[in-house]
Amino acid sequence: MSAFVHHFSFEFRTGIRNKTLLLMNYLLPLGFYLMMGFVMPAINPPFLESLVPAMVVFAVLVATLLGIPDPLVNARETGIFRSYKINGVPASSILTIPALTTVLHLVIVTVIIIASAPLLFDAPLPENWLSFGLVFVALAIACSGLGVLIGVISSNTRMTVLWSQLVFIPSMLLGGLMIPYSMLPDAVAKISQLLPATQAMNAFNGLAMGKEADFAPWGSVILLLSSGVLALVLALYLFSWDSRNTTRRAHPVLGLLALVPYAAGIVLLA
Amino acid sequence: MDESVIEVKDFRKTYGDFVAVDGISFDVQQGEIFGLLGPNGAGKTSTLESLEGLRAPDGGTLRVAGIDPTREPRKLRNLIGVQLQSAGLPESITPDEAIKFFCAYHSVAPRFDLLERLGLNEKRKAQFYELSAGQQRRLALALAVAHNPSVLFLDEPTAGLDVASRVELHGLMRELQATGATIILATHDMAEAEEMSDRVAILLKGKLATIGTPMEITATGVGLTKVSVRTGASSLAAPGLTFPAVRQELWKDGYSIYFSTDIGPTVSAIIAHIETQEDTLIDLRVERPSLEDRFLEITRTESGTTGGAR
Repeated sequence: MSAFVHHFSFEFRTGIRNKTLLLMNYLLPLGFYLMMGFVMPAINPPFLESLVPAMVVFAVLVATLLGIPDPLVNARETGIFRSYKINGVPASSILTIPALTTVLHLVIVTVIIIASAPLLFDAPLPENWLSFGLVFVALAIACSGLGVLIGVISSNTRMTVLWSQLVFIPSMLLGGLMIPYSMLPDAVAKISQLLPATQAMNAFNGLAMGKEADFAPWGSVILLLSSGVLALVLALYLFSWDSRNTTRRAHPVLGLLALVPYAAGIVLLA
Repeated sequence: MDESVIEVKDFRKTYGDFVAVDGISFDVQQGEIFGLLGPNGAGKTSTLESLEGLRAPDGGTLRVAGIDPTREPRKLRNLIGVQLQSAGLPESITPDEAIKFFCAYHSVAPRFDLLERLGLNEKRKAQFYELSAGQQRRLALALAVAHNPSVLFLDEPTAGLDVASRVELHGLMRELQATGATIILATHDMAEAEEMSDRVAILLKGKLATIGTPMEITATGVGLTKVSVRTGASSLAAPGLTFPAVRQELWKDGYSIYFSTDIGPTVSAIIAHIETQEDTLIDLRVERPSLEDRFLEITRTESGTTGGAR
């Protein structure tokens, strides 16, 4: 087996063995899904229509934004990157393999949600499975790219929490998971387009769930993909082997470029 | 042992205004075990990490097997093995996975035999955080040698090891040396350095204080050689008895103990005295100053000044 396969296999198992990652990858997304499935439809019946995409978006946000950065920062601080460098593990593997294994965990969680939602809550399933898969992949790339980038630019684990929450909390509040985009004030709605969650919910609704999109759904897919790829490229560029994270090619503020596609989308997508 | 595998020339490493290593030069021959000694902050780690390609030098030149570690790090990877001070392994990795993982990146078959050799066979499926400190160090060592490197850097390899593991490690080092491998050993354990190293260099405040074989280094100090003598009668107990080059003497556990600056004349005179007194020599022991004594002597000479390196 190639080094990549061994590395991938180890990282995937870590996603289950490590208690924090198990929480982020499975327990929190599935626990929240069950809670929302039982509680929210009683309070807000229309929520049921978007239960599946909303909970998939939530799972992706938790596993990527909260699950990916911290292990990266820890690995850097404890000298694991240095050990990897000495043994020829490339930076590209260090950054992409955790993202890919997280996506694989998310596929499993998504399958569990899709399989159980109609049985447990009578929730509607996607009408267009291909589009659903495509939007899921685009969202996973966008968020795992952001997660990796946060891990690379964070100076320490405390900063990791700060950066992650800066994206996660607004995504929960404004990303269309709890409150539909159409119910947000215009200015707030525009700002929410900076969030991958908003773009993903728009694309899921317009392309997969048979609902009307609030703005161009294919544009949302393109934005998610382009932002995700850009975030990964920036992460590779800003990556530092140094355990103190003091030597890098450019200032971490360059990482904000990953949000440029979303900013452009505010102007371009109507 | 006449080919330089490691060349360090006028090497300098700074962190901001702080000079960690200040223009040191030395080389290491193929097949040598070379001890790099020094108190904390002497510049050992900066030197090692620069040779390993983890840090870029701020002056001078470094070559490992003819390769510049900064400019050609990829070429260096399969030539060197490194045991870092901290293991640098993920907490959840098992020894089995670690061997597969690192061997795969070096494009060699997994060396599970090393796990057995280093007493880790029963822990092959245990996660790294479940291993004891000694087991973690042994795993790090197994990973450092798994791809048969021609140059091995060991940073405090026996710290936290029990006696049996330490003997096993030393045996492994000797085996590697016999295959032509060159070993750079950074350690605070002077007995280990003296026993294992063909040559040692002592760094102090970023400068090379001394370099040579352990015998050469201990011989150049002002330390006194201890001569312990036990005789059948009490010929050495006569009041006012003195021997050449003896600076201090005492009586302990039936032995007359002399501290000499020049061992030859002292021992000759003691034996001649015993013979002329028709006494019987039961035991005679000569203990040269150890590397640790010499190391302390060198570092004490420098005391009073401040500074330290990373």
